[in-house]
Amino acid sequence: MAELLKVNNLSMHFRGLKAVQDFSASLAEHGIYGLIGTNGAGKTTVINMLSGVLKPTAGTIEFAGRDITAMRPDRIARLGILRTYQNLRLFRRMTALENVIIGAQMHHSYSDVDAVLTLPCFRVEEDEMRRVAREMLALMGIERYADERANSLPYGAQRKLEIARILAARPRLLLLDEPAAGMNPQESAELVEIIRRIRETFGLTILLIEHDMKVVMGLTEYIYVMATGQIIAEGKPDEVRKDQKVITAYLGRKRRDA
Amino acid sequence: MDTLYVLSQLVNGLKLGSVYAMVAIGYSIVYGILRLINFAHGDIMTVAVYTILSLVTIFGLPLWMSIGASVVMAVVVGLIAERTAYRPLRAAGEETTLVSSLAVSIFLQNLMMMIFSPQRKAFHLPENLTFLHNFNGIRLSTMNIITFIAVIVILVILTFVIKRTRVGMAMRACSDNMDASRLMGININHVVVIAFIIGSSLAALSGLMLAGEYKTIDPMMGFVPGLKAFCAAVLGGIGSLGGAVLGGFVLGVAEMLFAGLMPTEITPYRDAFVFVVLILVLMVRPNGILGSREGGRS
Repeated sequence: MAELLKVNNLSMHFRGLKAVQDFSASLAEHGIYGLIGTNGAGKTTVINMLSGVLKPTAGTIEFAGRDITAMRPDRIARLGILRTYQNLRLFRRMTALENVIIGAQMHHSYSDVDAVLTLPCFRVEEDEMRRVAREMLALMGIERYADERANSLPYGAQRKLEIARILAARPRLLLLDEPAAGMNPQESAELVEIIRRIRETFGLTILLIEHDMKVVMGLTEYIYVMATGQIIAEGKPDEVRKDQKVITAYLGRKRRDA
Repeated sequence: MDTLYVLSQLVNGLKLGSVYAMVAIGYSIVYGILRLINFAHGDIMTVAVYTILSLVTIFGLPLWMSIGASVVMAVVVGLIAERTAYRPLRAAGEETTLVSSLAVSIFLQNLMMMIFSPQRKAFHLPENLTFLHNFNGIRLSTMNIITFIAVIVILVILTFVIKRTRVGMAMRACSDNMDASRLMGININHVVVIAFIIGSSLAALSGLMLAGEYKTIDPMMGFVPGLKAFCAAVLGGIGSLGGAVLGGFVLGVAEMLFAGLMPTEITPYRDAFVFVVLILVLMVRPNGILGSREGGRS
């Protein structure tokens, strides 16, 4: 399968702290990848660099053959890398539907032919975008909240709304930062199904940060394990599970907890 | 005290209020997105007024053409300020850009003084605009009526733009959560530029209205009305355009009633009174009259 994202020796240093050191990864189109590691291992920092929020200290990021290392976040989003957050970042004072419409607008604003004639940015958003937005809400099973303000939704629905919002923007690569955080076992099982379904429906590539081992092992096809800013192991879920370094650094500790 | 007098003060209040409302809308649009208290907003009004005066008296341009040019001038000055004084400091926080806007304000005031001298200058609108219509003893100029209608029309148009158009949704998104907007592919700088274009154009128009009412202009004329417009926006509920307009009218009416009905010894304190009104309202409703619970802050 074709390579969609290529990350070479990515490093992020905050003053003296090496948050991420020589992170390299290669994501093939249509795959589901996991990024796991203990707290403070640098997972979210990696996502922040991939989405353009942080500029890496060293290393390069190539997406679909283009170097996006120094690109602004809004341009990276337009190229098709979209993300969710560990702690939600919805447009809280807008309705659920409007949140998703913002996503749907992303690819409509500049490309149309009549753009030149009608000051496209001042155009009224069309029924087409509302339709797409409603469809996405339905896909995530939160249609009934369409006209409610985002911050009044139940927590699980807010998490789903965040995914609906980025799906409307027609992503090629989804970066999901702990999508199951704060969910109960039933909700996270449901989420696994949803993620699987959207991958099939949209032919997406997904990179998933997750603490919930059930979610990661059940969903992903290839896993990167990080500890203190570096990749300590990578491979198929079964291989990673047996890796001694991983067991010591991460899974072992988890098992004792449980 | 006869009712006609009170009534005419009320109408005077609405006249003044519509000018405040116009400035407050511009204030509110920019504040809503950047949380920037733009002290220079009032001085952009001044720049626009001087532009009109120079074009009409020195170059003999017709008024409508000069007004158009003044809007362009205000937008250019507003965008230069945004690019040089606000954008580089955006990451530094609201307090920093506030101080920076004060610097822009002082700079513009002094620039006007250097070019046009600190002296007051007469500013006369053509007679068909200043003509006074008499409604049973209450007198209104054509300009007053135009101003009032213009405020309402602008409010309706901008409300529609913000509710229903793409740029409006992008503006609301930025005002709600700038990080998330960026990651949803919204170019923040475009949105900010559009906000400044709208804000500065409205500043230019309100400058014209203010100068038409005072009939004299000076380089400092915009500053205090700018502050009052900010009060109006806060009073009405910052970030809400309807609130800005309502706040403008409330302040205008309060100010004129104070000036007209209080004993002459204390009427010179009318500016202070305006700020007292603001404090009193905010004590009862901390987010302004129409402000929502969580206010404009995200």
